[in-house]
Amino acid sequence: MNASTLAGLVGAGLVGLGLYGLIVNPQPLRKILAFNLIGSGVFLMFGIVARRGAAAGFPFDPVPQAMVITGIVVAFAASALSVALILRLYEETGTATLDSDPAAKPPDDGARDT
Amino acid sequence: MIETPPALAATAGGSLLVLAILLPCAGILLSFALGGRFAERIALGLTPIGLAIALAVSVLVWRSGAPVVTNIAGLPPPLGIALRADGISCVMLVTAALVIAGAALYARASFATPAGVSEARAPLAFWIMLQAIWAALTILFVGGDLFNLYVALELLTFAAVPLVCLAGKPETLVAALRYLLFALFGSVFCLLGAALLYGAYGTLDIVLLAERVRPQPAVWLAAGLMTAGLLAKTALFPLHLWLPPAHAGAPPAASAVLSGLVVKGSFFLTVRLWFSVLPALPGGAAEAALGTLGAAAILFGSVLALRQPRLKLLIAYSTLAQIGYLFLIFPLASGAHPWIADGWGGGIMQTLSHAFAKAAMFMAAGLLAESLGHDRIAEFAGAGRAMPATVFALGLGGLSLMGLPPSGGFAAKWMLLRASVAAGHWVWAVVMLAGGLLAAGYVYRILAPALSDGVVVLKSPPQRSREGVALALALVAVALGFAPQSFFDFLQIGRAAATAALP
Repeated sequence: MNASTLAGLVGAGLVGLGLYGLIVNPQPLRKILAFNLIGSGVFLMFGIVARRGAAAGFPFDPVPQAMVITGIVVAFAASALSVALILRLYEETGTATLDSDPAAKPPDDGARDT
Repeated sequence: MIETPPALAATAGGSLLVLAILLPCAGILLSFALGGRFAERIALGLTPIGLAIALAVSVLVWRSGAPVVTNIAGLPPPLGIALRADGISCVMLVTAALVIAGAALYARASFATPAGVSEARAPLAFWIMLQAIWAALTILFVGGDLFNLYVALELLTFAAVPLVCLAGKPETLVAALRYLLFALFGSVFCLLGAALLYGAYGTLDIVLLAERVRPQPAVWLAAGLMTAGLLAKTALFPLHLWLPPAHAGAPPAASAVLSGLVVKGSFFLTVRLWFSVLPALPGGAAEAALGTLGAAAILFGSVLALRQPRLKLLIAYSTLAQIGYLFLIFPLASGAHPWIADGWGGGIMQTLSHAFAKAAMFMAAGLLAESLGHDRIAEFAGAGRAMPATVFALGLGGLSLMGLPPSGGFAAKWMLLRASVAAGHWVWAVVMLAGGLLAAGYVYRILAPALSDGVVVLKSPPQRSREGVALALALVAVALGFAPQSFFDFLQIGRAAATAALP
């Protein structure tokens, strides 16, 4: 087994673990961590693609690395936005959960402000 | 100097595409820098310019009968990045500009910076995010590189999520968070698919990929991952859970844009993926699976819409059903068959007419909720007499959703029906007819109480100008029903791969 295959398997493992966490964990913060785990797996994939030099056949293709940098920035922004939303939710309700149990919510009077 | 192949060469007028993207982006930066009231003025001022650019691009495509292409910095793919506008890009650009303009005019009353303060949180966020959605959609519609399209999709999400929770109430925050989580799942899978495609072919340019793609495991895996991700963002059944609370909880002007345009962004990318990048894949199973999910969405969304006690939730659930119709384009417009022109025209027409009709309905629903103080359908009696123009806009939008003539919805569903009958796929036809009946049911459920006798006390009469905006958008949805054949020919421009095989 060479290094690329090993890295590929690790990447696939990270994506799988993250996907499992994203679906199974009820807490939003853990879901965001799981999302970052998937992201790490995907970035590892890009690393392998770069190493294999898919584009022109030269040994180290720089384009996937440029994509990874963009991907990391996007994933970071996404995580920051989600954490900001969770913090705001915690400020408003005292809990940070996605369980929208209709019985637990205060009754809505039907008026929706704009 | 390497010769550029003709398919990748830039065409005249390509700089318009760059301008179309730069315009809202410049608007965002200026709005953020100047702040306060300037954000509103800049957003309102840019919409006519953006519309003019979109129309100019459309005229260029119309005249030449071929896509308008530009290579950024003059570098052709695979080294550079191309922007391309074909027939469907043009109609989507014009639709986006019109709906954004409508939403901006409608929102002036609710998102004006209050007198006495120089800047308020909600208005500033709304005007900036509105332009951000516009910018992201423009990139999505003209982008020619899958990685760029992924970034545009992310920008769209980041602009749409704050609009959902603009009111700042706990339930809207939960809706926004759930939306964001679904969208993140979707985007990371798109990225993984892009990585696999790049690994297999060394490019992400759509035209180059279409030439190189062969049916092999990596491509199928990439297609599956990207499609799953895009479906989550488009809220196709069964990945729809986030949509109704998010669209119903947002302010009306935002709901109009979210339901009318934002879900179409990821749908547009799904169409690009299957029709422009992967036409080489042997069709059949994947397209049928997408069509089946769409059919399930039509039935499921319509039945749930029938059961909603609140107007905004009803309209949001009806979006689920109408998204289902969009996905019938995959089984009915793929391959090389005589009926694909109908399937293609019908699917795109449904995208356009739903954008206008749904935006109009959310705006009318917002006016009703503001004037009546609630949006419980059961207590609408007399509303038709008190605010006739609003209820008329709601009814015209409903006409298009049901697919009654004359309306864009009718043209769309008629063409899809014709395609499914010609193809011998009776099951789609039956589902579409059932969906039309169910839509008639839920529209009747709104209009029957609203038009019945009763006395309502209006908290405030609706503003004429805002009623006018909702009515104008609903009329556009109706007018689409009169689109001539040349309009459908226009939609075919740039669909070379699929139609070239036709005799």
